[in-house]
Amino acid sequence: MSAFWLLLLVLGIALVSYVLGRGRALSSAGGDIRNLHSLPVYYGANAALFVLIPSLILLMLWMVAQPLVVGARVQASIPAEAVSEGSTIGLVMSDVRRVADGLDLAVAQGVIEPSYATTSDTNLTEVRERLGDVGVALGSDISVTVLTAAQLLRETNASWYFWRTVLVVALALAGLGYAYSMTQKDFRARNTVERVILYLLIGAASIAILTTVGILFSLIFNTVEFFRIYPASEFFFSLTWSPSFGGGSELGILPLLWGTFYISLIALLVAVPIGLLSAIYLSEYASPAVRSIAKPLLEVLAGIPTIVYGLFALLTVGPFLVSFFGQNGHFGVNWMAGGTAVMTAGLVMGIMLIPFVSSLSDDIINAVPQAMRDGSLGLGATKSETIKQVVLPAALPGIVGAILLAASRAIGETMIVVLGAGAAARLSMNPFDAMTTVTAKIVSQLTGDSDFASPEALVAFALGMTLFVITLGLNVFALYIVRKYREQYE
Amino acid sequence: MLDDQQLVDRKVQSKEAKIAARGVNVHYGVTHAIKDVDVDIDHKTVTAFIGPSGCGKSTFLRCINRMNDTIDVARVTGDILIDNENIYDKKVDPVQLRAKVGMVFQKPNPFPKSIYDNIAYGPRIHGLAKSKADLDEIVEKSLRRGAIWDEVKDRLNAPGTGLSGGQQQRLCIARAVATEPEVLLMDEPCSALDPIATAQVEELIDELRQNYSVVIVTHSMQQAARVSQKTAFFHLGTLVEFGETGQIFTNPQDERTESYITGRIG
Amino acid sequence: MTDASAQPQTSKHSGSLLEQDARTRRRNAKEARFKAYGIAAILVGVLALIVLLWAILSNGLPAFQRAIVQVDMTVTQEEFDAAEGTLFKTKEYEKLFVTALSSQMMAAGIDANFEGKALERLLGKVGGTIRAYYRENPDQIGEVVTFDLAAASRIDRYLKGSLKREDIGPDNRFIQPEDFDVADAMREAGLLKQVFDWNFITGVDTGVDNPGGAGIGASVLGSFFMMIVVLFLALPIGVAASIYLEEFAPKNRFTDFIEVNISNLAAVPSIVFGILGLAVFIQFMHLPQSAPLVGGLVLTLMTLPTIIISTRASLKAVPPSIRDAALGVGASKMQSVFHHVLPLAAPGILTGTIIGLAQALGETAPLLLIGMVGFVARYPDTFLGGLEGPNSAMPAQIYNWAARSDPVFTEKAWGGIIILLVFLLAMNIIAIILRRRFERRW
Repeated sequence: MSAFWLLLLVLGIALVSYVLGRGRALSSAGGDIRNLHSLPVYYGANAALFVLIPSLILLMLWMVAQPLVVGARVQASIPAEAVSEGSTIGLVMSDVRRVADGLDLAVAQGVIEPSYATTSDTNLTEVRERLGDVGVALGSDISVTVLTAAQLLRETNASWYFWRTVLVVALALAGLGYAYSMTQKDFRARNTVERVILYLLIGAASIAILTTVGILFSLIFNTVEFFRIYPASEFFFSLTWSPSFGGGSELGILPLLWGTFYISLIALLVAVPIGLLSAIYLSEYASPAVRSIAKPLLEVLAGIPTIVYGLFALLTVGPFLVSFFGQNGHFGVNWMAGGTAVMTAGLVMGIMLIPFVSSLSDDIINAVPQAMRDGSLGLGATKSETIKQVVLPAALPGIVGAILLAASRAIGETMIVVLGAGAAARLSMNPFDAMTTVTAKIVSQLTGDSDFASPEALVAFALGMTLFVITLGLNVFALYIVRKYREQYE
Repeated sequence: MLDDQQLVDRKVQSKEAKIAARGVNVHYGVTHAIKDVDVDIDHKTVTAFIGPSGCGKSTFLRCINRMNDTIDVARVTGDILIDNENIYDKKVDPVQLRAKVGMVFQKPNPFPKSIYDNIAYGPRIHGLAKSKADLDEIVEKSLRRGAIWDEVKDRLNAPGTGLSGGQQQRLCIARAVATEPEVLLMDEPCSALDPIATAQVEELIDELRQNYSVVIVTHSMQQAARVSQKTAFFHLGTLVEFGETGQIFTNPQDERTESYITGRIG
Repeated sequence: MTDASAQPQTSKHSGSLLEQDARTRRRNAKEARFKAYGIAAILVGVLALIVLLWAILSNGLPAFQRAIVQVDMTVTQEEFDAAEGTLFKTKEYEKLFVTALSSQMMAAGIDANFEGKALERLLGKVGGTIRAYYRENPDQIGEVVTFDLAAASRIDRYLKGSLKREDIGPDNRFIQPEDFDVADAMREAGLLKQVFDWNFITGVDTGVDNPGGAGIGASVLGSFFMMIVVLFLALPIGVAASIYLEEFAPKNRFTDFIEVNISNLAAVPSIVFGILGLAVFIQFMHLPQSAPLVGGLVLTLMTLPTIIISTRASLKAVPPSIRDAALGVGASKMQSVFHHVLPLAAPGILTGTIIGLAQALGETAPLLLIGMVGFVARYPDTFLGGLEGPNSAMPAQIYNWAARSDPVFTEKAWGGIIILLVFLLAMNIIAIILRRRFERRW
């Protein structure tokens, strides 16, 4: 029985349990709900929870454990000599899984008989053809070992699925029986149900932790794997990035980091002055009418998805810049070979960050007490002198925090650089050259049909780890600064 | 009632009117905050504005150096003349005016800068110092005049926000004095201070009278009685009574004034 | 004690207030300059927005139109039988079509001559289409039938003005300069015209050989399935987490740790969530690649911090007196929260959720990593198939088109952006209306 139907079955049992529990509570109170400790719904809910919680926990654990245990058992059955030179047991196992999945699919579509899929004397070529019919393309050769292992995998899985159904249903029924037996009018059903709800709430709040753990787990695990097959010193200090899927790649991160920082720098050079000055104008000078128009207009820029900015960079800003700085351009300088360049991506990213910088700075400038401005204006300072010499210095820590947050945004931005910055990793000072970034290379290394076990694919995780560490560091530091700043004026 | 107060009839040194207000009205949006106020403020005198909260005394004070310009909804009509020049004339630049009419606020508001830079701020923006030595001199003189020099002379580079409340307020007074104003407006300068700090500031105000006309808004009648020579009583946006402090407190002409100083309204 | 009695220097303010001194003039000029910088900054920002919108509209709107040739023709039973009897059947139909076309051009008073090749360059192989129609609808034989035939993509672009006559060399395989004369003539006769392209909205992606036929429909559905997953996971989890943190959580290390995690997750680059999805959901849990289910899970994790932050703000806005009132009549803490606080906070929570969903709808980078950029040329058959089967999503489809070299696909990418932005606009308007309608001031 598939997990989906099993889940429905358990839900059905829970519903029955709800009705039974509620009924029993009412009858124990002689039909008068005033004699009950809690409202009748709580007795029903209590009974349903006793069915759901244990059986669903079991189901979940089972779903995690089964692939691990069964996989280990099948792997143990593969003789060591079956793993050919240059291959790993992991690759063989992924073949085994693919064949087993293919057999499942073929049986489900009625292409082959269930018995045929299990017998040991099936014809290898025929299996390949049949699997090809249902759309499972296999490598050139499946050995007998792989086929046998796949069959073992299917058999073991089938029996595990059977026991899973039996045990989960049994546990659900046991829960029903237990809840039914303890339901009577003095039972404090509401307290039990509320405690369970509280645990559910805690569980939901813990998802944030689980997500962080998941991110760290997926990054660290694969990064370690990568450093096992590629030297870390090369990764961190090599000046060349030239992956080739045939092997012999050079995967130095420095050119990518340079591209990332160069583009982010240009983005900040655009976004910080414009964002900061607009925030100052809006919070210190603008009349309410101007403010109520200009502020939402700027914020529209923040609501536009990054893919739109990416396209804007690639198809509008890039060609526009080339018409000035490219060959035969209006400036006649021939600095720019193509539309994708550091400048293209940086300018567009800067536009994207304007509302981010301006709304953060707006909050921060507004947090500076009015008394400070009055003090300065009362001494005969002009508004701009007040802003430049009193308000901004007072807001400086907050503004630095906002700029750091914007920098972290720029470093982690993907779509604009994928489309607008180019694909060539190079260490150059010319902002009109195409360069590439950490995020763009994560995308290019993980899309396409590369083998997950190769260094060329695994390097993406090491890049991701680097990106995560840098942005996390910036964020933590920036949030710390901003919080300290806020406390100062509270 | 206030017989225990020390109501010395202080000698008023000068009788020329420094500030003359004629028919001043202030509207905050739809609220009519000040109604037709006429008042003459003398030079080298401490004038106190008293009245219940919300009576418009602070609003009127803020008219004198056009601080109400910084509030979008505020609208001021009427004339205020300083040295016979209408400060609401179109040609008058509020920036220039405020250098001549300094202001000290209710809550001490030192800038988040060093003590030195707090004092030097005004002289710098108005270009009052020709050299660094000149500036040093102005800072020292202002701090002395603010009666705080002895307490801070060893830590001029420490942040102004690190001082105690009373010290901060005296720093703000010194800061206002540093631009060499002719009029000093004080908006409840002692309301955020403890009694000892209040006494120090009051003593300072009395000394400042020798060089400036001081206008002080206060909530405390005792304070008005202690520091001022002239007192104006505001009620519901109108100026009810204006006269010698001693006369206002001992022999008020208007019954609203009497009610207020005897504690029946306010 | 003090030196207050020291005489001040002669006043620095001896000049009249009625005339500005030089220094004040200089300072006021500086002030005006500074103010101008602020206005300039805002104008630059607004200008960027205008240029962006202009680029989107001017490049994207043509994608909603396509050129068709509309021809009325009648095929009699004899003609049908005769055509079916020949060896090259479609050729016969083509001849019939040319006859019908010519007569209609004549009727419009325009003289132009066709040759089969030119027609093929303009319309593709029309014979097959016409034959297929009559074989499927034999009852239409002898009747007047109006055929709407899609014009070739180059004619389409010629009509839209993005392809100029002088762009085409004489040895171009796809179109000849004289074809434009024919096209002009047909347009004059009212046979060639531009119509709204419904297929762009309802259709599916096509291969590079048929850029004109590509539609965004399937990926809209993919996005829709992802949003369903996000809504059904992120809303309950986000609300539950916020209720815990706002109403029940004790002040301790664990709570602090959760808070730190949430604020950091809100700032983690989206691509990192893509890596998480790839490693955990696909590598480790073996969920299907390219499935909206996985996309939805990844976007759920990404949206959660946004929803939690806005939900907590709306819970916080409910005054404590409401809670006290409920507790005062003997409700449990849990009952006071679920019966009173949550309903009052609901409009705010919904607003935050819609804005979170809008963010998720436009997100692209994580989808690239979990393989949602594949070529998907069909609609899912079932609801479950829609969740589990491979599909694309609007932003991923746009990326995919942008990466292809054919300018028609570029136009489709811009057009796709318009559709995406229409969805986002609609969601934001709903959020604003909700906020206006139900906002409560305590």
